[in-house]
Amino acid sequence: MSVLIFTENWDGKFKKLSFELVSYGAKVAEMLGTSAVAVSIGNVADDELTKLGKYGAKKIIKLEDELFNIFDNKSYSAAIAEIAQKEEAQVIIIANNNMGKAIAPRISVKLKAAIGSCVSKLPLSTEPFVVYKKVYSGNAFAHVELKTDVKIITLAQNSFDLIESSNEATIEQASVDVNESMVQTKIKDVDKQTGKLLLTDAEIVVAGGRGMKSPDNWTPIFELAELLGGATACSRPVSDEGWRPHEEHTGQTGKIIAPNLYIAIGISGATQHLAGVSSSKCIVAINNDKDAPIFEAAQYGIVGDAAKVLPKLVDAVKEVKSK
Amino acid sequence: MKILVCISNVPDTTTKIKFTDNNTKFDSTGVQWVINPWDELALTRALELKDDASTGVKSVTVGHVGTASADPTIRKALAIGADDAIRVNIEPTDAYQVAAQLAEVVKAEQFDIILCGIESSDFNGSTVGSMVAEFLDYPSVSAVSGLNIEDGEPVITREIDGGKEIVNVPAPFVAVVQKGVALEPRIASMRGIMQARTKAIKVMEPVDVDVLTEVVTFEPPQPKPECVFVEEDNPEKLIELLQNEAKVI
Ligand SMILES: Cc1cc2nc3c(=O)[nH]c(=O)nc-3n(C[C@H](O)[C@H](O)[C@H](O)COP(=O)(O)OP(=O)(O)OC[C@H]3O[C@@H](n4cnc5c(N)ncnc54)[C@H](O)[C@@H]3O)c2cc1C
Ligand SMILES: Nc1ncnc2c1ncn2[C@@H]1O[C@H](COP(=O)(O)O)[C@@H](O)[C@H]1O
Repeated sequence: MSVLIFTENWDGKFKKLSFELVSYGAKVAEMLGTSAVAVSIGNVADDELTKLGKYGAKKIIKLEDELFNIFDNKSYSAAIAEIAQKEEAQVIIIANNNMGKAIAPRISVKLKAAIGSCVSKLPLSTEPFVVYKKVYSGNAFAHVELKTDVKIITLAQNSFDLIESSNEATIEQASVDVNESMVQTKIKDVDKQTGKLLLTDAEIVVAGGRGMKSPDNWTPIFELAELLGGATACSRPVSDEGWRPHEEHTGQTGKIIAPNLYIAIGISGATQHLAGVSSSKCIVAINNDKDAPIFEAAQYGIVGDAAKVLPKLVDAVKEVKSK
Repeated sequence: MKILVCISNVPDTTTKIKFTDNNTKFDSTGVQWVINPWDELALTRALELKDDASTGVKSVTVGHVGTASADPTIRKALAIGADDAIRVNIEPTDAYQVAAQLAEVVKAEQFDIILCGIESSDFNGSTVGSMVAEFLDYPSVSAVSGLNIEDGEPVITREIDGGKEIVNVPAPFVAVVQKGVALEPRIASMRGIMQARTKAIKVMEPVDVDVLTEVVTFEPPQPKPECVFVEEDNPEKLIELLQNEAKVI
């Protein structure tokens, strides 16, 4: 028996998300009285793999075949399903991100394993096995019973704190029964920005809405994000107007993020916007309308004109950072 | 080439979410039902492809798993321009069950491209589309923000961390789409609404499939504590709170 955790890598490195998954998986394993096994697909150096052990993985299975250099939904899900069977996994844990959403449902059908998606807490009970998940785009949560012997959980990003331990993991090389003919995805072109902090990875996000009035007023938002080591975002009308690129738009139809700190400036706080950011640990709102709905979601607020408040806020952050 | 667009019937995004029966059932009183926003974009893109003769797309069908109560939403899709619709007559309660029914629809009618949305705005599953692909053993591409057909070949844009990839898979395939696949949802014209009245909604009886999950109870979100206001000329105070109270910077 085991709890199997699929840990995606990014050019051979893991991210905080990978460690969240392992920390979570180790806890679930503890609840079930079994041990956590991590699976890594692609080329990752052993000293990087070892890091997964620090968060509670007892064993790390690596699969390095170059067949997996192309991310193909079928081959990845077949490989993970096969390893899950070999390891007699009772629970399979996968990130609720682009890659996770592409493969977890396929594994679910392959193994006839019930799936709890976008889960944000430890299982509420193991018998019956009940998970806690977001529904209605964040306007409610559901307790969902997974009724099969094998279960799959996709874990929402930033919903579980890292737990370090003194555990050391063993590393094992695996091979699976997946061949070339299964990989049907052909990559024609890649357009990747490198070196930039991704909105979905950022712990701090500074976002501007229509209340910023013009794209020319964005400088203090960039400054604030830079000073805080965060990323910038915007509301949908801002990206629709072309003030900011579409990748930055958060909300129900844009990116769904859960940073530690979300600073919303000149954003009214429409339900569709909040659907993308309401899982943030702390929301700060700056808005000149004291009745703006964003203040209902915010922990801290400043009522005032963004054009006046922002420069002062930037100065104050500079002051603190220079100390 | 035939396209199937799978549509989910969801409460309008401005709906106040409430529950009844001791928080076990969604309270649908007064709720307006709409096509799930991503499915609307998928439908729009399918129709754009059909409008362009060079793509070889001949028909766009919408598929839905649900009871007759969803027919007005299906009619809306027909009014926007879908040629016909297939509804599998069963109350949808579980992604596995829904996907298995949709796979039967595909087997019966042989589509080349199956479009699903990245998630339904009510259950937020993000699972049905890729499940359909696995039931059929078709290739699938997820996080699709662009779909074209050039020289009879699908040209698919998928979002990856920090960028995009242009990929190709052989048809038949499932594409799980998100924003970007079409810019604005197409709206029904008067003529479309008239025509929709005569278009067919074919009803299929469900196959027998196990249900793997069950909602035990719903929970409204925890009420948030009141917002703490800081004077506009005292941003230092805000920073102090963020550092020492919230501990986020
Ligand atoms: C199906 C659907 C999906 C949608 N998806 C999304 C989504 O994913 N993301 C999204 O963001 N929106 C989405 N929307 C749009 C959403 O409903 C709102 O229209 C949008 O979020 C509003 O953006 P905003 O807050 O920037 O602008 P506004 O609503 O115009 O608000 C501007 C705010 O700025 C304040 N303000 C004005 N001047 C100043 C000043 N000088 N200083 C400080 N504050 C000032 C105002 O008081 C106001 O609160 C969606 C809508 C629909 C129907
Ligand atoms: N009852 C349904 N009938 C038809 N398609 C559905 C149904 N439920 C979900 N889908 C499709 O699956 C996608 C993802 O739904 P979900 O997995 O529930 O988040 C939706 O965007 C639809 O394309």
